[in-house]
Amino acid sequence: MMQTVWFILVAFMLTAYVVLDGFDLGAGALHLLAARTDEERRLLLRSIGPVWDGNEVWLLAAGGTLFYAFPLLYASSFSGFYLPLSIVLWLLVLRAIAIEFRAHLANSLWHDFFDGMFCIASLLLLVLFGAALGNVIRGVPLGKDHYFFVPLWTDFTPGPNPGALDWYTALCALMAIAATSLHGALYVAMKTTGRLQTRMAAIANRLWPAVAIGTAAGLAATVAVRPRVLDNYRAVPVGWIIPIAVVVALGGMRYCSRRASERNAFLFSCAYMTAMLAGAAFALYPVLLPSGNDPALSLTIWNSSAGPSSLSIGLIWWSIGMAIAIGYFTLVYTMFRGKVDNRAGDGHY
Amino acid sequence: MNDALFIHRIHFAFTVTYHYLFPQLTMGLAPLIVVLKTLALRTNQAIYDDAARFWTKIFGINFVAGVVTGIPMEFQFGTNWARFSEFTGGVIAQPLAMEAVFSFFLESAFLGLLLFGERRLGRRGHWWAAFMVFAGSWLSGFFIVAADAWMQHPVAYRILPGGRFEVTSFWGVLTNPWALIQYAHTMSGALTTGSIVMAALGAFYLLNRRDSAFGAIFLRVGVVAGIIATAAQIFPTGDLHGKYMARHQPATTAGMEALFQSAAGAPMVILGQPDIEHQRIDNPIVVNKLLSFLIYGTTRAEVKGLDQIPKDQWPTNIPLLYFAYHVMAGLGTVFLAIMAVAAFLLWRGALQQSRWMLWILMLTTPFPFIANTAGWLVAETGRQPWLVYGLLRTEQGFSANVSAANGLFTLLGFMGLYAVLTLFYLFLIERQIAEGPAPAVPGAHA
Repeated sequence: MMQTVWFILVAFMLTAYVVLDGFDLGAGALHLLAARTDEERRLLLRSIGPVWDGNEVWLLAAGGTLFYAFPLLYASSFSGFYLPLSIVLWLLVLRAIAIEFRAHLANSLWHDFFDGMFCIASLLLLVLFGAALGNVIRGVPLGKDHYFFVPLWTDFTPGPNPGALDWYTALCALMAIAATSLHGALYVAMKTTGRLQTRMAAIANRLWPAVAIGTAAGLAATVAVRPRVLDNYRAVPVGWIIPIAVVVALGGMRYCSRRASERNAFLFSCAYMTAMLAGAAFALYPVLLPSGNDPALSLTIWNSSAGPSSLSIGLIWWSIGMAIAIGYFTLVYTMFRGKVDNRAGDGHY
Repeated sequence: MNDALFIHRIHFAFTVTYHYLFPQLTMGLAPLIVVLKTLALRTNQAIYDDAARFWTKIFGINFVAGVVTGIPMEFQFGTNWARFSEFTGGVIAQPLAMEAVFSFFLESAFLGLLLFGERRLGRRGHWWAAFMVFAGSWLSGFFIVAADAWMQHPVAYRILPGGRFEVTSFWGVLTNPWALIQYAHTMSGALTTGSIVMAALGAFYLLNRRDSAFGAIFLRVGVVAGIIATAAQIFPTGDLHGKYMARHQPATTAGMEALFQSAAGAPMVILGQPDIEHQRIDNPIVVNKLLSFLIYGTTRAEVKGLDQIPKDQWPTNIPLLYFAYHVMAGLGTVFLAIMAVAAFLLWRGALQQSRWMLWILMLTTPFPFIANTAGWLVAETGRQPWLVYGLLRTEQGFSANVSAANGLFTLLGFMGLYAVLTLFYLFLIERQIAEGPAPAVPGAHA
């Protein structure tokens, strides 16, 4: 019971991370494409400036909570995905430096350098995060000691000896780029005016079909690679509400961006991301990390969790801390509501 | 020594040592910025607002460097110390997760307001932003120290069948006596760094005969905070820490002092090199009976030497532990002496004219970073051969599924990345110092 509660809490935090940091990662991935002049690039950075760091804290908070509630999962997956995760850490460092150091020097070479770094790091992070989700769905070659190690790639097939990158996880990576860029484009369009907004809205319109097709293709590929993902849906048919939510959110996104209702289009995109992750979590439960070979070796909420006393004590700090954190977020997003303006000197970026 | 174990140890040691160069300054400057903001509110003089704004810029650059090098730490428990994480996550991740939930969210919300919200918030609102960032950074430090303190002195835990630890009391880990003492000692160390850096930059401007009004403020705030911090570093925090350690980690104390033979009226070695093979100190300068007195308050008390400790429980690198401890304690003493003289001159109103003292203050800049690093080396090498003192040995904790070659690959990657970060950091800090604290347009502040 407690294990299920913590499964939901960790899934909630990861979803919050993907939805929130997703829009600033997506904005970053489109940075060079959509924001052409220095003024537009500063505008884009200003649209995420006060919030991107807080968004990223969800990753740390989720990581820490995972470490606490499911220590074996944290230990096994972080060491097993050692190489891709280390690259993620490097990219997070580079991306943060790019955002924060860019404005310190009024020099166009300096700006171009950090613009490029911000864009490439954001893009590669989406590749790695997408592939990570793909790996968790596909499964990894867990040993009897609950540990594994995947290289970056092997023969690019999700067979018995997979790498972090194979055709399936690469597809997930592409899907992550498309969906998150769309998410970011809708966000920036909502927060800005002028040419940047127009361009972002146009990019969003072009990305939408790719995301719609990608969603269908991704689902088909997932069922092909891991047929067991449908088990929970068969056992608890009410779960089908999640894929329906995905379809509704996709439709809503299209409908609202057609009618230039930016805010609602972005909210539908948030709903889409949430539903996609909820669908994955629902399919996995109670498995946390499937074993690619012998299902009995999978890491589940039962064999990976901390002791019962830890799990109940954790609810104390988790609920207090989350209540406060949600308070901060409400404060920051309320202060930052509306369009960011283009005036020089307002803020840092 | 197992190759992979060695690489994973160096990996964590390098990344955490580099990381802590930044947070010690963040945590040291944060309260000083609050002091400057308070002075501005109290005196209503704009120069204090300008001074605070200047330090906030340096703080902002430093904060970014601390955050980006801190993110990898949160994940390295899992990547490089997987079995340690598996066994202890149910306890040690409590303070680690609490750090993210209670301080990172707070800092992320208020840092932007501190750095860029001065006009919008007004003076009182901006003071609060500074205060909240200070509170967040000090809270953050507490959770990390609490995690480390649990490894030093495990409390409030139970071992489950299969070897996993779980926490048995919410407050137990947070009110670990070791954590409270270590926190006080760590924070006075951070404040030592912050106040020396502030005083040193004040001295730099005064020696350069530029921005003298600001230089005088930096000097005054830095020296007043510095005398408090450097004194607290030794007494009571260092004193308490040493006494507590001698009682609960006698092997560490014996290693720090290179005390090979137990002795009543044990001497304290001031200088000298430990010779492990012959179990003696070469070139010793010692003060008789001082160690017994410092630990137990009487010159007759017996201090446990390494001879009473099984060899497989000796700290694994006694010379490093010994030197780190002597560097830390030696520098701490020198800092107090410098600050005492500087404070005396300040009190007599002669500090700004005493160029020799300004030179000394300016040249002290790198040493608090060295002293803080040495202090953490004492804590971490002193705990060896244990990860969790007395319960889990270091060789039981590393990621056995990550090969030495892969560990080396990412270690080199981090080294390269941090070399680049160092260049950017120094470049940007140098620019702020060169630009100076005076507002670009005189009287342009809101």
